[in-house]
Amino acid sequence: MLHNSADAVTNFLFGSLAMLALVFYSVSVFRTNRQKHLRTWPPVRTVFWMLGVLFSASAVIGPIAEDSHENFVMHMIGHVFLGMLGPLLLALAAPMTLLLRVLPVQHARRVSRLLKSRLASFYTHPIVASILNVGGLWLLYTTDLYMLMQHHLWLHVLIHIHVFVAGYLFTISLLYIDPVSRRFSYVYRTIIFIVALAGHGILSKYIYAYPPNGVPIEQAQVGAMLMYYGGDAVDVVIIILLFRKWFQATRPRGERFTTQLPSLSR
Amino acid sequence: MAVKQVTNWPNRSKFDRKNLWAGILFGLGFVAFLDETLFHQLLHWHKFYDKSTVAIGLVSDGLFHAFSWFATVGGLYLVADLYRRNAFWHKMFWGGKLLGGGAFQLYDGTIQHKVMRIHQIRYHVDIVPYDLVWNGSAVLMIFGGLWLIKSARGDERAAERVKLHAT
Repeated sequence: MLHNSADAVTNFLFGSLAMLALVFYSVSVFRTNRQKHLRTWPPVRTVFWMLGVLFSASAVIGPIAEDSHENFVMHMIGHVFLGMLGPLLLALAAPMTLLLRVLPVQHARRVSRLLKSRLASFYTHPIVASILNVGGLWLLYTTDLYMLMQHHLWLHVLIHIHVFVAGYLFTISLLYIDPVSRRFSYVYRTIIFIVALAGHGILSKYIYAYPPNGVPIEQAQVGAMLMYYGGDAVDVVIIILLFRKWFQATRPRGERFTTQLPSLSR
Repeated sequence: MAVKQVTNWPNRSKFDRKNLWAGILFGLGFVAFLDETLFHQLLHWHKFYDKSTVAIGLVSDGLFHAFSWFATVGGLYLVADLYRRNAFWHKMFWGGKLLGGGAFQLYDGTIQHKVMRIHQIRYHVDIVPYDLVWNGSAVLMIFGGLWLIKSARGDERAAERVKLHAT
């Protein structure tokens, strides 16, 4: 098992990242709000960012992180925060839009070229992002990876970064809040999302029946149900947001609908 | 007694399928939601996972569960869309709702419970009456839905006649 010295390393590493994220976003919001020709940055996005960083960080720093070495249920709470809720909140904060607003033009161009690059569009492809996200979880919980993670610090760090990044990519591949280079249709994204959510649910039930090596069955059962229902809870928010955009995009334009009884109109 | 005049027949007819599908999707999602809250969470009759579940059962359950979330939310957005187009058709929607809900319940009660053995309705009891009520009510819902859809079509034709007489 990883012990206190390892916790000190991860606390420092992830703690500094979280602090940097908070400071950079706050400074950027302050700067962009001084650009008078631009619309004021919506305060709710700053709230989303703060909450997103807090939820993500709570999985890797502090009590949840410490208990999750021994306790699969705590581990799962952490993973719902780190891989689902945190990334969703961060995506809603539109960090790329903010970055493009505060950077000097030539740097902003470079960033937007990067966002349009093949590599970026590969990783934000809904299928690729879903495989990275759900496939990564299958790999973690159905092989010995979960056990190995508890013994090797570098693996522990790497897997947590993967869960977070994959969760973020998955979210932004479905919800277009920041600028995207390639848009997929609503039908396409919905189908991929259904399959991904199903893969997540199936894995939860699989863990319930066949716990990862080293996890007691009682903890696996509670953890699996937490993964199942926690996943549902976060994903229903993404579904609502996705369909809301769809609803807005298909609003009737210029068409006229009869509101009168035909017999009265003549 | 004053009968509320239906004033949007042209819109209803134009979006008849959308009304039907909104009902089918929402009905399916709603039954799945009831199944989850009532039988899994409140009564604790269903099991999260049954030792006799076959692999394909897990996949079917997972896909249906995921789909039902989308269907519930999507069905309601379709209703909102029909409202903003002034084309919502209660009877058609209810017909679709019963049809979709009944069809899912029948699939759940026969294929998923019996063939794939995902879980049974309840444990340590004689299961036959439970299965009969479950699948019987599903069949009733399907027939009720079909009857409502047929009746809605009848209303549509009647409205068409009124229009013809008036012109």
